[in-house]
Amino acid sequence: MVVAVTTVASFDVAYTGYLDTSGHPKQALPAFARDREALVSLYRAMVLTRAFDAKAIALQRTGRLGTYPSCLGQEAVAVGLGAAMAPDDVLLPYAREQGAQLLRGVTPTELFLYWGGDERGSDFGGPREDFPICVPVASQAPHAVGVALAFRLRGEPRVAVCVMGDGATSKGDFYEALNVAGAWRLPAVFVVTNNQWAISLPRSAQTAATTLAQKAIAAGFSGEQVDGNDVVAVRDVVHRALTGARGGAGPHLVEAVTYRLSDHTTADNASRYRDDEAVGRHWREDAIARLRAYLTAAHGWTKDDEEATLAACASDVERAADEYLATPPQPPEAVFDYLYEHVPADLAGQRAAAIEARGAAARSADG
Amino acid sequence: MAEPAGLTMVQALNAALARAMSEDERVLVLGEDVGVDGGVFRVTDGLLDRFGAERVRDTPLAETAIAGLSVGVAAQGFRPVAEIQFMGFIYSAVDQLVSHASRLRWRTRGRLTCPLVIRAPYGGGIHAIEHHSESTEAMFAHVPGLRVVIPSSPARAYGLLLAAIRDPDPVLFLEPKRIYRTAREDVPDSGAAAPLDSCFPLREGADLTLVTWGAMISETLAAAEQLAADGVSADVLDVATLSPLDMTTILRSVEKTGRCVIVHEAALTGGFGAEIAARLAEHGLLSLRAPVKRVTGYDTVMPLPRLEHLYMPSTERVLAAAREVLAFS
Repeated sequence: MVVAVTTVASFDVAYTGYLDTSGHPKQALPAFARDREALVSLYRAMVLTRAFDAKAIALQRTGRLGTYPSCLGQEAVAVGLGAAMAPDDVLLPYAREQGAQLLRGVTPTELFLYWGGDERGSDFGGPREDFPICVPVASQAPHAVGVALAFRLRGEPRVAVCVMGDGATSKGDFYEALNVAGAWRLPAVFVVTNNQWAISLPRSAQTAATTLAQKAIAAGFSGEQVDGNDVVAVRDVVHRALTGARGGAGPHLVEAVTYRLSDHTTADNASRYRDDEAVGRHWREDAIARLRAYLTAAHGWTKDDEEATLAACASDVERAADEYLATPPQPPEAVFDYLYEHVPADLAGQRAAAIEARGAAARSADG
Repeated sequence: MAEPAGLTMVQALNAALARAMSEDERVLVLGEDVGVDGGVFRVTDGLLDRFGAERVRDTPLAETAIAGLSVGVAAQGFRPVAEIQFMGFIYSAVDQLVSHASRLRWRTRGRLTCPLVIRAPYGGGIHAIEHHSESTEAMFAHVPGLRVVIPSSPARAYGLLLAAIRDPDPVLFLEPKRIYRTAREDVPDSGAAAPLDSCFPLREGADLTLVTWGAMISETLAAAEQLAADGVSADVLDVATLSPLDMTTILRSVEKTGRCVIVHEAALTGGFGAEIAARLAEHGLLSLRAPVKRVTGYDTVMPLPRLEHLYMPSTERVLAAAREVLAFS
């Protein structure tokens, strides 16, 4: 017997890319990308991010920074989305969005401080409303819903931008956040940086879903894929999502398809679970080399331009590292003074004891 | 029929929410069924009509999202008061409370703050189904940066909820649902908050200190009354804010009486009574004339209604512990 059914819903998931792996345009670039300076600033931001990343790893390997998650290979996602955002949007990042944070005015010194174990690294002097890096995976997604709700309640044309990795899409927090954002049509954009690995678990083992973008569809809004190693495409797709959300079109999900070229963190050894050959293949898709090739072909980017950019970024990073290393630790009372607006009476005794213990340790070191 | 005089705890909480919403536009109420339905216990009854659907929001059934979006909207300067329908369902929200609400100010050195209130009915004694009768306040009192506040009467509920909403930091506000409607009290809608981080003396005495909170106030006060008939006078303290704890008031009382019984509905091991007993041992040992006793639920799962009366501390169990402590020396 044949059962008659009708199709009540159907969906598709788009994929956008502009530059191929060699930096040749696959289609006409979006309007913003016809401007040399716009492309150069994206390029410089990616180079700065990679320089920061290399320095952070060098500091960690020499015992001067804590465990650090490299963003090597994913610079285009963070830089593209950071460039797409308006200054008064709010970023809710995971740990590999250094490029976006730097573009939004978090200083490299602050990032070094944070990864060097100092909370002041999250007291951003620049984007005062941006969230600090969220370590428990996907748990920042509901925060973005709340931030977007605040924008809605105040009638502000701002967007909450939540970034997470592919691993985050396995979690309930992610689904709950998407679901509420969709139900309330809030101005939130979720960017999934699909770097193919949740530490050692490959994308194929995380979910049977064909794309991560389609997970938005169940929450009642659209999701799409973008070439995460094409900064022009990321900037373009995220900017369109932001424009829509700002204009009342509701939330959107962007899955940026990229690859984690580094270990998960400096405490990880990826050779335990993947082979170098695959990593080498993905190096050929590198976003920085790709944009450099396009800049060279289309805008006369020279060896001198390149060297000047590398030198300027290296110098910014070195200066920040020096500033970080010269920053004395916080005083012992800092442990107590930021937990509540006012130190509760019940905590005053512990606070005094900690200050006294530090003083005694200092006296004994002097003696 | 005329409404009896005074307010129940449910009505007092409702009055406090309405007061807070009318005096501060940043106050939002959200949770499951809090809008049209007015909350399953009717604590938010009428607020939707009065303050509108933007500020009184029915959320999807998702505790992680409720707590998490409250963190986000609070960081933006709003003052969300989120309801978790029963404490037994709060565990999906624990990550948000422990990893985020309690430490956002600390993590950002005060740049972002989290002035939210999570309300949850808690405790047994209403013959509820599974997962509707838990008392796990000690789990949350263990979390630095999270205030844990428990009212014990309609007036206290009004004053403490206002204080919790006005407080610039996150508060877990646990409502002892067994006494939601059992007592009425004159609660003037004065807008006056009750102090947080303070114990409330409920009864003056010289021979024994009884320390408790929430619904167990009833059994504890009943025990104190019976002791009085025997010529024993008990200090009865309502802890009200478990964390940060007002140990000063408890110590002062025990310095006077030399004897202490702690009463709570939650399980014994790792219960909040253990913290109070430990602090008495650390700071009040020389005042004690008898070991500190705890009268608590058992270290078991909270039974279903046919056996729950066995689990909940009774006046008789409080009395027995008090007499044991009084007889020690």
